Amino acid sequence: MTALTIADSQEQDASLRPVPWRLMAWVTWRQHRFALGGVAVLLSVLAAYMWLTGLQLHHAYAAAIACHPASSLACNGLARNFNNIGGFLANGFPLQAVPVLIGAFVGAPVLARELETGTFRYAWTQGFGRWRWTLAKLVALAVAIAAAAGVISVLFSWYYQPYFATTNQNLGLDEPSPLAVGLFDLRGVTFAAWTLAAFAIGALAGMLIRRVVPAIVATLAVYTGLAFAAGGFLRGHYLAPVVTRSLNLPGSAWIVSQQWFARGGHPVSLSVLGQFLQREAPPQLAGKGGVPQSVSTWQYLVQHGYTQWTIYQPASRFWPFQWIEGGWLLALSVLCIAVTVWMVRRRAV
Amino acid sequence: MNVVETIGLGKRYGSTWALRECSLSIPAGHVAALVGPNGAGKSTLLNLAVGLAAPSAGGVTVLGGRPAGSPAALDGIAFVAQDTPLYKNLSAADMLHLTRSLNRRFDQRYAESRLAELGIPLKRKAGRLSGGQQAQLALTLALARRPRLLVLDEPVAMLDPIARHDFMATVLTAAVDDGVSVVLSSHVLAELERVADYLILLSLGRVQVAGEVDDLLGSHRVLTGPAAEADKYAGGLRVVHVRRGEAQAHLLVRATADDPVPQGWEAHPVGLEELALAYLREPGAAALPGPAHARTLQPAGSESSEVTQ
Repeated sequence: MTALTIADSQEQDASLRPVPWRLMAWVTWRQHRFALGGVAVLLSVLAAYMWLTGLQLHHAYAAAIACHPASSLACNGLARNFNNIGGFLANGFPLQAVPVLIGAFVGAPVLARELETGTFRYAWTQGFGRWRWTLAKLVALAVAIAAAAGVISVLFSWYYQPYFATTNQNLGLDEPSPLAVGLFDLRGVTFAAWTLAAFAIGALAGMLIRRVVPAIVATLAVYTGLAFAAGGFLRGHYLAPVVTRSLNLPGSAWIVSQQWFARGGHPVSLSVLGQFLQREAPPQLAGKGGVPQSVSTWQYLVQHGYTQWTIYQPASRFWPFQWIEGGWLLALSVLCIAVTVWMVRRRAV
Repeated sequence: MNVVETIGLGKRYGSTWALRECSLSIPAGHVAALVGPNGAGKSTLLNLAVGLAAPSAGGVTVLGGRPAGSPAALDGIAFVAQDTPLYKNLSAADMLHLTRSLNRRFDQRYAESRLAELGIPLKRKAGRLSGGQQAQLALTLALARRPRLLVLDEPVAMLDPIARHDFMATVLTAAVDDGVSVVLSSHVLAELERVADYLILLSLGRVQVAGEVDDLLGSHRVLTGPAAEADKYAGGLRVVHVRRGEAQAHLLVRATADDPVPQGWEAHPVGLEELALAYLREPGAAALPGPAHARTLQPAGSESSEVTQ
């Protein structure tokens, strides 16, 4: 009887000491090393390409801003040269696919493959415990890929640096807004945050759908929707936008919307303005009758009672916007991972 | 101690009950066989016991009152699931490392020497092993955890006769030499005769028979006599199942060796397979410890049954 009691109390005591978390490090690495290796290869190739192109870009930029006088034919050639290098990367859109590719292909299979092949019945009956297993894996992988994304976004920051100099516009160089869709979320903290969110969405989709390929497809779809919603709608409202009727906006301003109004306060379409210029203005201002484009045309319109109201986000809000977007993406990721772990824990199988 | 204890346990998938009102206790120190036709709820019961599924009704505890699926329960139970799922792209050595990492105890030396005995190369990927080797690897991983309870879901269904024999020999060794309690489900009845000393018969999501094999065999007899007299005696005896031939009828009855045998009839001891088959053919009959499941005898047909305690 005594022996039995001792054995029991030892067992109770032992049961309080779970399998150490650190042992999951090897498990996670061994089971996901191909996915992580794939991410490393993808990012390395991308980094090498962007580093080589970036060197040329920085070189061309240095040549363009050193050129005097800026209006000379030679300088125009150098400016064009700068604008042309890395052309397809200039708007950042091709790089928008990177977070979701990483996130979907690493995140979706974590649970979906276990559920699809039946190996969850092995994994979730080991002493480590199913929800701890899930949490350990998801957190380790999330940290790994977010860190990798963070590192490459430092490279992106360096690469795009020349575009964001405030004198670019005067020199005939491209000067996109740092908040522009396509470029905003490649730099700062948001690139890592989007990658993390894609991973977390993938993990949850894998748990819900339980099959690898459909889970990846669902992740791509959800992520794309979210990215469009963020770029097209949410981001413009992170902070109340600035409204101005100034015609002299810096090139770095991110214009949310712009509208001409007539004297009475009613909005006027650009084609109506074009007809007005054609009718009234001197030919050099009216141009070919299309949409008014030059500053002097705008000034002529203002002199004749028209007003252009612009709603925009100034470039100085880059970091506040980074933290806001990074913050809600982090919250979303934590939520997705928490729901996934909760589903595993409540044994929804 | 009971290695598995369920009270009013039920599991529903959608509107279908895979298992319902299941109350049973499997004592420690047995090789308990869970038998039943396909869809009887065997896998469901085992999944509930190892904590893979959550009950829709009732409760299940293991290893003397530990809630199924709790850390303490997982620590003492090793489960080999149906079709022995392994990570196909991991080598046998990696599977050992993996299992060692996921458990508080792992007997690496036992696992390695066992695989060497079986001729399973450590470097070979699990997916490239034969079906029998995969099953043996999964069993080795389970036993190397030094569990107090080994749960096997249809472990031999996919194996050829030799692999099946070897697998069961390993299970028996663990049970006899190391005192591991075993609960296994199977519909290979012949195999169970050799290994099981406790029988649970599930049918249509309910427990039909539960008890030690020796007790069950000792309390059942087969009576063989003229077919014409079968109905006459069936009413007075506690008949589970009647099998009729041209001239002779075989009655499986609940009776001990001391019970009287009608004139002109012969009594034989019954085998486990025959007993299980008889009950499987009579889903209404039950042999359970505890309250009686009484049912009146059906009018004489080709088969008739009585439910006894």
